[in-house]
Amino acid sequence: MNAPSTGSGPRAIPDRLEGRWSSLFKSWETLLIAVAIVVFIVNALSSPYFLNAWNLSDATFNFTEKAMIAMAMALLIISGEIDLSVAAIIALASTAMGVALQYGAGTPELVLTGLLVGLLCGAFNGWLVTGLGLPSIVVTIGTMSLFRGIAYIILGDKAFTGYPPGFAWFGQGYVWWVISFELVLFLAIALFFGILLHWTSFGRTVYAIGNNLVGALFSGVRVGRTKFILFLMTGLMSGIAAICLTARLGSTRPSIAFGWELEVVTMVVLGGVSILGGSGGIPGVVIAAVIMGLVTFGFGLANVPGIVMSIFVGLLLITVIGAPMLWQRLKGERSA
Amino acid sequence: MQKLLKSRELLLAAVIVLLLAVIAWRFPGFVRPRNLANVFNDTSILIILALGQMMVILTRCIDLSMAANLALTGMTVAMLNAAMPGIPVPLLIALGILLGAALGAFNGILVWKVEIPPIVVTLGTLTIFRGIIFVMSGGAWINAHQMSAAFKAFPRTPLLGLPVLSWVALFMIALMVVVITRTPLGRAFYAVGGNPTAAVYTGIDVGRTRFAAFTFAGALAGLSGYLWVSRYAVAYVDIAGGFELDIIAACVIGGISIAGGIGSVGGAVLGALFFGVVKNALPVINISPFWQLAISGGAIILAVAFNARAERKKGRLILRNREAAA
Repeated sequence: MNAPSTGSGPRAIPDRLEGRWSSLFKSWETLLIAVAIVVFIVNALSSPYFLNAWNLSDATFNFTEKAMIAMAMALLIISGEIDLSVAAIIALASTAMGVALQYGAGTPELVLTGLLVGLLCGAFNGWLVTGLGLPSIVVTIGTMSLFRGIAYIILGDKAFTGYPPGFAWFGQGYVWWVISFELVLFLAIALFFGILLHWTSFGRTVYAIGNNLVGALFSGVRVGRTKFILFLMTGLMSGIAAICLTARLGSTRPSIAFGWELEVVTMVVLGGVSILGGSGGIPGVVIAAVIMGLVTFGFGLANVPGIVMSIFVGLLLITVIGAPMLWQRLKGERSA
Repeated sequence: MQKLLKSRELLLAAVIVLLLAVIAWRFPGFVRPRNLANVFNDTSILIILALGQMMVILTRCIDLSMAANLALTGMTVAMLNAAMPGIPVPLLIALGILLGAALGAFNGILVWKVEIPPIVVTLGTLTIFRGIIFVMSGGAWINAHQMSAAFKAFPRTPLLGLPVLSWVALFMIALMVVVITRTPLGRAFYAVGGNPTAAVYTGIDVGRTRFAAFTFAGALAGLSGYLWVSRYAVAYVDIAGGFELDIIAACVIGGISIAGGIGSVGGAVLGALFFGVVKNALPVINISPFWQLAISGGAIILAVAFNARAERKKGRLILRNREAAA
């Protein structure tokens, strides 16, 4: 928390994004790439099955769906908000698709249902946060229970199965050789959000809101509208992730994607986005997603259970956030 | 009178009474004292945890790792009991509280000394704690037959008409009322959450106060760890999975502001009781328990909307929301 600023001097005015900050992020991303390379080499040395195009392709499924959401979540967190309901949106969207299937929906209708439910959920979150002015962290804890709760009401302990083969392609299909549809879709989404955040005025407003909400308001930025759009996009991405995941698993249970919200947030924060808002970028988040995917896959090849890897991810998260803060403190104390 | 009407606690109590009245109209058996005592007993652990979370939220932090802390301490005491049944239960409870406090202190030190945002710290420790349980237990369960009779009996033992579990919760409520309203530390929690900068100028160490809140919350989670494992007579990696959000929800429903500085022991208890009543009433009025999640979600959203309105009426500046979200 950033509350007591006494004694640490005046806060740096964050209008010099091209200067010290940008070099910091450049080094952050370099660090992430270094970590990714180390993980890759360790994996390659420890398992003879790692350097296989098909296995590597399988490894991408570990992160693509979460990473799609992480792209939109990154913008949301940069703007100073958060959405903890993303995994619940997946559950609700997937359940809605299952219901649509019962009514004889074909592949296009199924996809449309998923997208629509995602958008609606995002709009609901956005309305609660921007329309009613409620803090997003609590609101989305509430909608997280609500959305998944509705999925439980509809499904109970049953499951929807029997999705059409054409639909399965969204989660299992390959565009070319080992390049899966999901991977291509993820790259396209990453490119879209990268351009949106780093090369458009919309992206600049997102940073402005996250850095100085009051300043942005006084500069005529339509804060509410921007945040609403961000929630909408996060909902939409969750809907898309729901389509991919449902198609890949071929079934819907209300517990689908349980706990993903924390993994998505971890991905974003690991990627160098400040949880306090105002800084970070898409390339870092993409690399962080790849690292998490490679680590999961590598541990899997080494027969290490997924939950042990969670220790690693947790430690990574804390060290990666804590190290620069400690470093800054030490530096500050030395110069003082 | 005006003030009484506006009291969040009173309103919530009225909602709960109304809920009970509606249920009693069709199912009078539900409001029999015996059954209400059961509902309270069933909610005891949530109450204890909500009290811990309340302290943390009051200081404008959040602890997502409480359920994982509970699971880790619960598994530790269960494994100790299974391996060495000779260890007396009070010693195990003390050990659980200590271990829980140590885990909470770990969160606290990261928030205090390394200045990592609490949500990131506890997100990280949440996964670490769960991972440690797996490594420790090898993914195995500790079942009822591996636990000693005394280990399982303690929370069930009747004492003056109520099980010990309920008495523990009542004792914790009393203790917390004293700590929150009658000690400098309690005042410091409010000061740190209400206005950290002003707190610094009045000579309160913000970081240390938050550290204290996390440590106490951890101790309560540790105590709950033993209570949970002995009450349900089973320990495995995923016990209380997802419970961290129920705890926060109970606090939010109880009117504890996520922006810090606002809330009371009564609110936390009533928020938890609201959960308990809903959870226990659903099977009685013949609604599938699958409705519970959606109902609590709706209740959280309504409670937050209501809290925000009440706070705005008081003319509070809500621009700090961003800091709270961190």
